[in-house]
Amino acid sequence: MAYAYSPGLKVLKSTVLRRNRRLPIKGQTLVKIGDKVGAEQVVLKTELPGKADVVNVMSLLGCQPHEVKQFMVKPIGEHVEKGELLAMRAAFFGLFKTRIESPMSGTIESISDVSGQVVMRGAPVPVDVKAYIDGKVVEADEGEHVTVEVTGSFIQGIFGVGGETYGRIVVASQDPNGILDESSFTDEMKGAVVVGGSLITYNGLKKAIECGVNAVVVGGFDDADLKKFLGFDLGVAITGHEELGLTLVLTEGFGQIPMADKTFALLKECEGKNASVNGATQIRAGVMRPEVIVARDEEASMKENEAKLILDIGTRVRVIREPYFGLFGTVTALPAELTKLPTESLARVLDLKFDDGTVATVPRANVEIMATEKDDTAEN
Amino acid sequence: MAETKAPEVILATDCGSTTTKAILIEKRNGSYRLAARGEAPTTVEAPAEDVTRGVINSIAEIEDITKRTFIRDDKLIVPREGELGADAYISTSSAGGGLQMMVAGVVSQMSTESAARAALGAGAIVIDSLATNDRRRPYERIERIRNLRPDMILLSGGTDGGTVRHVVAQAETIAAADPRPRFGAGYELPVIYAGNAAARPAIEQTLGKKTALQIVDNLRPTLETENLKPARDAIHDLFLEHVMQQAPGYKKLMTWTSAPIMPTPGAVGDIMKLIAKRNNIQVVGTDIGGATTDDFSVFRADRNNPESEQVFNRTVSANLGMSYSISNVVASAGLANVLRWVPVMEDERILRNQIRNKMIRPTTIPQNIESLMVEQAICREALRLAFLQHKEMAVGLKGAQKSTSFADAMSQTVKEDTLVDMMGLDIIVGSGGVLSHAPRRNQSALMMIDGFAPEGFTQLAVDSIFMMPHLGVLAQINEDAALEVFEKDCLIYLGTVIAPVGIAPFGKPCMKVKFQGKEYELKSGEIKLLPLGLGEEAEVTVDPTRRFNVGAGYGKAVTKKVKGGVVGLILDARCRPIQLPASQEDRVKLLQIWNKELDIYPEK
Repeated sequence: MAYAYSPGLKVLKSTVLRRNRRLPIKGQTLVKIGDKVGAEQVVLKTELPGKADVVNVMSLLGCQPHEVKQFMVKPIGEHVEKGELLAMRAAFFGLFKTRIESPMSGTIESISDVSGQVVMRGAPVPVDVKAYIDGKVVEADEGEHVTVEVTGSFIQGIFGVGGETYGRIVVASQDPNGILDESSFTDEMKGAVVVGGSLITYNGLKKAIECGVNAVVVGGFDDADLKKFLGFDLGVAITGHEELGLTLVLTEGFGQIPMADKTFALLKECEGKNASVNGATQIRAGVMRPEVIVARDEEASMKENEAKLILDIGTRVRVIREPYFGLFGTVTALPAELTKLPTESLARVLDLKFDDGTVATVPRANVEIMATEKDDTAEN
Repeated sequence: MAETKAPEVILATDCGSTTTKAILIEKRNGSYRLAARGEAPTTVEAPAEDVTRGVINSIAEIEDITKRTFIRDDKLIVPREGELGADAYISTSSAGGGLQMMVAGVVSQMSTESAARAALGAGAIVIDSLATNDRRRPYERIERIRNLRPDMILLSGGTDGGTVRHVVAQAETIAAADPRPRFGAGYELPVIYAGNAAARPAIEQTLGKKTALQIVDNLRPTLETENLKPARDAIHDLFLEHVMQQAPGYKKLMTWTSAPIMPTPGAVGDIMKLIAKRNNIQVVGTDIGGATTDDFSVFRADRNNPESEQVFNRTVSANLGMSYSISNVVASAGLANVLRWVPVMEDERILRNQIRNKMIRPTTIPQNIESLMVEQAICREALRLAFLQHKEMAVGLKGAQKSTSFADAMSQTVKEDTLVDMMGLDIIVGSGGVLSHAPRRNQSALMMIDGFAPEGFTQLAVDSIFMMPHLGVLAQINEDAALEVFEKDCLIYLGTVIAPVGIAPFGKPCMKVKFQGKEYELKSGEIKLLPLGLGEEAEVTVDPTRRFNVGAGYGKAVTKKVKGGVVGLILDARCRPIQLPASQEDRVKLLQIWNKELDIYPEK
């Protein structure tokens, strides 16, 4: 067999994408099949049960659990404001009073005569789910989920932080090797998705936040700077919920790594258009990568993309592990037998010719194919 | 009634998060042996979304190897039809992230700790432990339950007949959170109540309508006793009934198996217990995976009484692993602790980026020696941290009906109370890719020695192809077969390490060793490898200096028979805890000397 499957990130100029928008619990669907929607349009809404808190009235009043009800000044179901009197006990003919104030605004949900606890429930929390991409509603059910479809460009990153956002693409680097620093950002970039080259510095990122940039898409970032940016050393790559002031998407990895030519060229081509960006990354079973989606008017054919991720002689790949990390090349041979690596491990390998004409043998596990065919369907 | 014939051709699979591993065990010439092995990607996600697909694919590999037929019309042929099929099919599973549980109790050091032990022993990952004294406000506990979305909750608290209000208060906290299960929006979250029997009516009233509540015997009926089995059995049943039912294809898989499907770590724990019991030895086992590290141990309840009962413990360090969790090992241990094991000078910034790039591309493998050295350094720290957690959990009051004083019960989490007796430990068994597939077995041996810091005389072994889960579930239907395959095909014995406990400055005398007619003198900071092959045994006399103890007391000699292996006999005079020079230059030089002595890495 002269080919093998290999992981790869998608960089597609024109594809049909679907994004499923889902409520955490049943609610209201605000759109119908066939509707055109904007990325920032709310398509679903609901209310989550409010926050709860427990007040141990028994211990605060120094009474028995079954006595709690008689000291409550408000019954079950009654609304109380934060700081309002919840329960009171008088002693010594009313001379001494122990008063318990509500720790939150909400409703009294239950009063337990076993534990002497009172459960408080806050106001329901409204949840609005936006369309996230500019497109057309193709699926919608009553109050649970909506699927939005768009034809457009699709770029998967390797790692990101920060959640969904939307903005106009501004390319701030001359080429894929450029570095974004403080001087790269201006106030005119407020609300934009700024594209860089091989690296963004920590100070550059701080400046981007000051300027109100919505997202930065760049080749690499130093891990030491990520630690400073997050305020902690990220342990497990499950991201997307951070409140950082912007969304950061790395297309290549950690360190200074030029953005892949194809990725940079496609983003450059999309300059001025609006992009939906999500930094959410989950590197576990059911892997999730960050993404940039740009709606385009042209037609795209509906093809499965997985078939493209096959290693074959002539396939363009990028090495994703030392000692050739980040280098691009073309597969020249796929030996079937296991080969001994310098570590003495036996592994399946391939032979590569790099763009500078040099050759090397690398484990197949250490290369990735960029799916770069122009017509594909990507769905999640 | 006709006598049931013991199965002679057995297929077993372990459905992991990424790979389904199949093995074929056969009885030939009167003994059970591993006959073939196959593997295929696990298929719980799109496009297949049916775990049986991966099972069929992995067994199809066995068909290719053995040129026999086990599958017909996408189904396994069980029972055997002449030459076709197998007598039995069994399976374990950790697909979908395994069984994720929350435990809740009244006092963190008592009922909550017992509940955590019950959950861990059943093969679960404990994602949080709630207690009334966990220093969190009630609303924080409620938010935690809501955010974590466990597969099930185990609630305990109170001794039987004691006060009910504290445990009912915990039940009210759970009810207020209105918990939802991780998978399957259409069913209620399973909650097991294993607390004060007198509180059952109130618990039923509080949680009965909001959750799928199951009530079992109190896991802490009195302060001095722990009764974990009913809770563990309930966890296992609910795992099959609720959690597995939600995973794609498992309903079908459950109809194929000849014994109930077990959570993978539960099966590994069972085989460890069985080995320890049969051979009357004390065992530590570790399985270091991509996302988690599971540690298992079997030690005597009273280290001074060789007749005392054996106690099994299992812990899972959910975010210590070699791929998905590799950055978390570095974050938890600190980069300096990882770097102390790297025998080359490395730029810290570059190293951080390299480790992070492994995290985001977890399937890559080291191509050059430097990358391998860094990964093996991280492995040492993952093993060390996971074992620290294990020692803290493997404490006091183990097993049902073991009596202790009230004062002991109150102080059960004191670290000195750990059951882990390193000097009495007989064998460490390592498994997981980084240990089982290290290019040289000597590397596996040294990683385990550095990670676990064994004391006295300790045998070392690795699981050849990670078949302990299969053998654990096989033990359910045929204990002898499981043990036979474990001894003959599962373990690769690396040898024995002799490590005196004590500290002395580098270069000071540590021990004299008489072995096979020769005498060796080791100084503090030295390590030496002597040949002793697989299946060989030899007598060795170790005479430590007064600063060191090798089992009989400081300065007292010990003579013992030791077993060899594919690595040999390792004399480790590097002190306990293992001492390393403070300066990076000196440390790198010393690491290089150790590596050369043990022939760890190829010469450049």
